[in-house]
This record gives sequence, structure tokens and C-alpha cells, in this order.
Amino acid sequence: MTLLPAKIDVLIVGGGPAGLSAATTLSRMGVSGVHLLEREPSAGGIPRLCAHSPYGMREWGRVMFGPSYAFRLVAEAEAAGAIIHCNTTVTALSKGGGVTVATPNGVHTIQAKAVLLATGARETPRADRMVGGSKPGGVMNTGALQSLIAMHDQKPFRRPVIIGTELIAFSALLTCRLAGIAPVAIIEEASRTTAWRMLDLMPRFLGCPVWYDTTLAAIHGRSQVESVTVLDKAGHRQIDCDGVIFTGLFRPENALLRSSALSIDPRTGGPLIDQYGRLSDPIYFAAGNILRPVETAGWCWREGQQVAGSIVAALAGRLSDRARATPVITEGSAIKYFLPQVLSETSGPAAFDCFQMRLSQPYTGKVIVNGRKLHLKSRPERRILTRILPLPDSQNAPEIT
Amino acid sequence: MTSNNQTKRACLIGQVYYANMGKFDYKNARTVNFFSMQAVSKLRYQNGDLKMQDTGPHGAYDIVVIGAGVIGCAVARRFSLEGARVLVLEKAPDILDGASKGNSAILHTGFDAPEGSLELSCVQAGYREYEEIRAALNLPLDRCGALVLAWNQDQEDRLPELMRQGLANGVDDLELLTRAETIALEPNLAPHLRAAFRVPRESLIDPWSAPHAYLLQALLNGADLRRNCGLTSALYDGACWRLETSQGAFKAKMAINAAGLYGDLVDEILMGKSTFRIRPRKGQFVVFDKTASALVRHILLPVPTEKTKGIVVCRTVYGNLLVGPTAEDQEVRDNADLVPETLAELKQKGVGILPALAKEDVTAVYAGLRPACAEKEYQIAGHSAQMVITIGAIRSTGLSSALGTAAHVFTIAQTMGFEKKPLDQPIVPVMPVLAEEGPRDWQQPGNRGIICHCERVTRRELEQALEGPLAANSIGGLKRRTRATMGRCQGFYCSGAVDACFREKREDTQ
Repeated sequence: MTLLPAKIDVLIVGGGPAGLSAATTLSRMGVSGVHLLEREPSAGGIPRLCAHSPYGMREWGRVMFGPSYAFRLVAEAEAAGAIIHCNTTVTALSKGGGVTVATPNGVHTIQAKAVLLATGARETPRADRMVGGSKPGGVMNTGALQSLIAMHDQKPFRRPVIIGTELIAFSALLTCRLAGIAPVAIIEEASRTTAWRMLDLMPRFLGCPVWYDTTLAAIHGRSQVESVTVLDKAGHRQIDCDGVIFTGLFRPENALLRSSALSIDPRTGGPLIDQYGRLSDPIYFAAGNILRPVETAGWCWREGQQVAGSIVAALAGRLSDRARATPVITEGSAIKYFLPQVLSETSGPAAFDCFQMRLSQPYTGKVIVNGRKLHLKSRPERRILTRILPLPDSQNAPEIT
Repeated sequence: MTSNNQTKRACLIGQVYYANMGKFDYKNARTVNFFSMQAVSKLRYQNGDLKMQDTGPHGAYDIVVIGAGVIGCAVARRFSLEGARVLVLEKAPDILDGASKGNSAILHTGFDAPEGSLELSCVQAGYREYEEIRAALNLPLDRCGALVLAWNQDQEDRLPELMRQGLANGVDDLELLTRAETIALEPNLAPHLRAAFRVPRESLIDPWSAPHAYLLQALLNGADLRRNCGLTSALYDGACWRLETSQGAFKAKMAINAAGLYGDLVDEILMGKSTFRIRPRKGQFVVFDKTASALVRHILLPVPTEKTKGIVVCRTVYGNLLVGPTAEDQEVRDNADLVPETLAELKQKGVGILPALAKEDVTAVYAGLRPACAEKEYQIAGHSAQMVITIGAIRSTGLSSALGTAAHVFTIAQTMGFEKKPLDQPIVPVMPVLAEEGPRDWQQPGNRGIICHCERVTRRELEQALEGPLAANSIGGLKRRTRATMGRCQGFYCSGAVDACFREKREDTQ
């Protein structure tokens, strides 16, 4: 492992798709001394753990499995000249780019000219879902399950139930089946799949029923899950199983942000950014799933590239004053979140040329974003994009391409 | 390189303070860190438990302690230091698996305990002894103080009476505070607060490290521990107990029942009857994220009711904020179910006291069982005819009173004829620091990397918790010794690695 210098140009926190693609892009654009910190023993992020397809379509136009995709991301970053430090945890972010870092050899401080936060997202654990019953073993998120299977070759259960039907629930199902685990059922509160309806076919092919309009009421068992109680239209019933996988309900991994002075958007749970991906302290940038819950690896990879472009512009002193950014105004109760949340004066190509939005409920009708009317017909957990156009009162804003 | 690391680690585990602490000569005490414990462990232990061949029917123990909750741990420590040969039996895979695993982690002054009660004297003696020994054992004490809050006229009217009771209990530093004074101390309190009084010496401690330290000290000074070892029957022949367990028979001259939730059942096994009947009282807790702990400094207590101290809002030494417990009677002794509606109510209650809590994430929820019975008072009694001492119905305050209760039980044993020469130079274990204040292992060189990122638990800490005479014997036990997976992600990132660490270490030692 290369030693971490005390002063560097660009520090990237987090070695998933966003952080790695930013490291690659920055290095290729000629920034020397790009250091990426990864707290796990190896970089690559969540895809390392997903032993299934499809990855890599947006990046390299081919279908890849998670681990080989992660491997290629790391190889590209290293080939471009970025330096990756594993087992290295950022413990505090201070004003002006001073970052406290814990390594196996103790605590250091690093001063960077720009810091990119790419810490990703994680699923909501059981605790914050207020499920009743006991607390036996065999209750976990998809992330923990995939790490047990992929990294440690463990099978924590044989017949779990899967909670939720976001995209990741299908990843959990695939992971289970590849490991020889046969889920009893997928349980969904709503009347239809949260992810694309086409995916309904997959559990059918894999012999795992999806129960809609059903909630998990309680978990039973002493040392290991023995059964769960579910509530559906017919009432309560007890289902025998030996595990529970809580999927989805992602939230940005924002622990670092919360203990810093950086502004957080309560709606996304991520940082407040302008169209260049800059945070309230303009030394700091962010990309990937720390911005919001949750996007695909490919999307995060692209964001990493684009925000890398902003960082290069910032290092060259070409970006406008972040302190004078104006908040974006939206109207429409169905909007769960949107980003970027503020717009700075235009000063070159933006990392985010579109507003990204999500809805909190299925909605057909009008919303207003930054003074522009939009007609929407969409559902929760669907990516909604609308181009960021110059503010009405801005005189010299160039067309964004 | 290795020896260098060891020296550093010894420094990290803590400066050891030698002071004149009561009857034991801590000045000359031998202190050990985890490295020397490994040596002890290789000789006598396998997986933390005594090797089978080591405990044949040779000779009888002086004392057998049934149950390794916080009380059993403290009792084992006391008798070991007093020179007894002690055996501790625990039916669960690891210690602290019953009532002791769900408490609010407060060291109480006893200001609100019933006047003249045994509970009061045990709590206060326990408090004093904790203050005396905690530096040597490297245990934390956060003297944050408590506020007893009145939210309506009724409660406000009761404050003077509660303060009189505190004074009668010897807690003479209570301060009555106006609304403005209280809000000045705790600006995040809800504005409809009426008045409060402050109990400066109510403190926060580490509810896991403390009992581990007590039992570890007993083990290092010669006590034996058997886990996964439930009592099935017992016979007293007039001189000696023969206890049949799931791991064979053990002989002991005196039996101490510290079985907590099973106290009445163990009394029945030992003596055919019990003078009390345990009726478990469930307490549910909601733990908020570390950022919430910045909202309040004091322990926030309500005006208590007949049945319970009520819902407490307080920080933990681990840097979280907890709200709880409820008080719900139930029949089942070995399972405490979480009830979503109750948890939601608790959350709401917390928000009612600290409105800013509404924006905070919940890190964990848990439920514990208190070994309550019809009587409010501790049920501690010696039975000379059978040489049994029962410590029953420690329904609350067990963490605070444990050391005091152990001392009280020791005096009972003396009246029953226990006589041994106390140890001259007891070994004092120096515990690793789990408290957020630190110094934590992740801040030190040679920690081998952080495994649990939320609680910043290092590989070295995990491996050390799996070594020595009190090595973790279950994943739950490993969590209680290190806090791994107990943070905000609840194992999303690290449960695989923690699990692997546990398995590898176990395979190594076998």
C-alpha cells in the first residue's frame, strides 16, 4: 500500500462505481495525485458482492457479472494512475477539505484541494422498520446476505422470506437461487411490484411466489428464525421459514455528512448539491448513491465521470461562486425528492444537466420544477429526468448540452 | 515488531491507576491485559470454557453461582476475591443473556428507591464500589447527571416530595430547577416543561464491559465458568451440594442462586420451594442514531409511578440515545417480543420530550425482561439449613446494585459460616474501551483495520474478544463484547466479516 501523503489534490471517499469512475476520469484528465480511500479490504463497492448480471452495459456495452465488473472498474482506475488505499476509513470531514482518516496504523489528517464523497447507499435495517416479534439470527439486509455468500461462502438460511419488490429484491432472489437457497415467498405491501412489472416473471420462473397487499407483522424464533406472521386481506397467518431478507428502502450512507457541517437535504438524505455536484462547502463534491436512494451502478458510474469534470474545472478556478447558489423551487406534493437542490451561476458544462426526481406515490398530473410546468405520469422508484434550463432572469447562460 | 505492538497495546488498554481502594491492596495488585490472558487461556481453557478434564470430581467448590447475569458476575468476583473457589454455571451459550441484556445503562444514586430498603443500600454500596474500582478495571463513568422532569401541575406538585425522599436516602445534592433554568441546561427540551430537579450524581456506564470485567476478574483469580450448562437437579447431603447439570455433576459447599428470570425455578430445584414467583416484566427500548445524542446531555427521567421508573431518555456511553423502557407483565421467561405499536409510541414519547428527535433515525430496537415479582423489594435470603443464598427479583437497578448486592450476599455467607482468607494480590483485568469517548482501538496503530464501520470495531478488538478465559462463545456474546454490528447499519456492511472472524477463531482454537 502506498503511503497517504498529508497534502493531495483530489481525495475520493468510497471505492464503488461512482468513486472509481471519478478516479479514472480525473487521472485521465491529467490530475496527478488522485487518491481514493476505501474502508473495505478491497475496492469495487456493492457490485463485488452481486454474483449476477447485468452490469457494464452503459460502461462498456457488454453484459457482465458483478465481481468482474467491479474488478474492471478498479483495474481501469489503477491503470489511469489513481492510487487506491483500502482498509482506510474517513472518520471526519472538516471545513476547507481537511479530512481525518483511520488506517490500521492509526489516525492521520489529510488536506485536499477537492474531496469527492462517493460513500453510496445502504438498505434500511429491520430496526427502523418497526417489525414486531423476537430478534433471532437469520434476519438481514440483502447487502449482508450477499457479503456472507460472496465473500465468506456462508449460507445463513435455506428458506427465507424476502421483504419488498424493489429492484434489489430480485437481486436478493437471484443471489439466493445461485447459492442454493430457496426463498419461500416475496412479500410486498403494495398491490404491484415496485420495480418494473416485467420482473414479475422472474420469481415465477424461479418458483417463488410474490404475495402482494401483504405486510410482515412479526418475526418468531429463538436463535434462528422459525416463522413469521404476515398480514394480508384474509387476516394474520403464520409462515414457516428460517430467515428474513429486508430489501430496499435505501438511504444514503450519510454518517460522515451528519457529523460534519455540510448541509443535508432531508428529502434525499444526501448532501445538498448544485449542478456541479458541489456541496455547501465548495471543496466538497458528491456523486453516486450518496446523493439519493437509489440508482443503478451504471448511473452512478456516469455521475462519477461527470462530477470529475466539475472537479477539474474547480481546480482550474473556472467554477462560479457556490455561496451565491439559489435554491430550486418545486411544487407538487407527489415529489419525494429532486436534485440538484440549488443552482449556481452557470460557468461551463454542468455535471448534472437534468433534474433527477422521484415520486412518493403513483401520480398523473402537473408538477412545477424551477418555474417550468411538467406533466407526469409515473410511479415511485422510477427515474424522472427533466433538463435544467437557464433561469428566466439569467441573461448570459449558455445552452447546456 | 510483535513485541513492539504488544507494548503499544498494553498502553492503549489503559493507564492503570493504583489507588488505595478499600481492603484490597491495589497498589500491589497484578494487572493483566489481554495478551497475558491468552497465556492463561491456553493453559486452562478451550473456547473460553474450562477444559473438561480439569474439573473432574476432585474436591468441591466453595461456592457455585447459578446464573451469569450482572448479579452472578459480581457475586463471583466478590467471592473469588474473598478467597473462595468459585464455579459459575450459565445455561445460555454466553453470559449476560437474560435480564442483563436489556437495561438502560444508568448507574443510579438510589435517590428514588424506597426509603430504608435493601435495594437502596445495595444500589448505594454498588455505586460506591463502582467508583472505587472502575479506574483500575478501565471502565467508563459519564457523570452527566439526571433531570427529573415535570410536564404538568400534578407532577410539579410531586417534585418536593421526591426531593425529600432523595434527601432521606442520603442523596443530598439535589437541586430544584425552574423551567427557565432547566431549559438553559437542556435547550432541546419540549417547551411545555414545567419544572425539574437535578440529580448530579446519576451517571452513565458501560452495561456490557462492567459485568464482563467483574466475571473476568473472578476467572483470573481462580474461578471457573461453565456455559451451556443448565441446572437439572440438585442434592444436598448435609455438607455438600451435588448439582446435576447438562454438562455433568459438580460439587460445592454453598449454592448462590443468581438465576434472574429463573430464580424461583432454581430455588425449587435446590430447596423444593420458592418464596417468590417471578413474573417477567418486559421493557422495550428504541435506540436513536449517534447524531441524536448531541440533543441532550442529562439523563431525562419522568416523575415515577408506583410500578416503574417510567420512560427514560438518555444517551449511552456508546454515543447513542435511547428511549425506554416500557413495563409490560408477561408469563414467558425466555422471549421478549417487540411490538411495533409500542415502539411507535415510545418514539412518539421521545419526540414529546425532545422534539428534534423527530428528524433522527432509529438505530436499533430491543426488548428486555425484568425478573419482577409481586413484592417490590429485592428477595435476598440465606438458607443456612441447605447452605443456599437466593438473590431473587432484582427487577430493576441490578446494574447499579450488582457490586453492592454481591457485598451484601457475602456478609450473609459469613453469617452462614463462610470463612476464607481474602486474596492478597488479586489480579485486576484492564478492560478494552468501548465507550465513544475512547481512546478506542481504531485510533491506535496496529489495529488491523476497522471491520464494523458504524461502531468502528477493529479486527484486533474482535479477535481479542474471542480469546482469554472469558472469550465470546456466541455471535451475540461477541457483539456484547465489541459492539460489532450494533450500529446504524445493523450489520449491512460487516455482519459477513464479523461472522467469519467468529468462525475462524473458533476453528483455530479447536
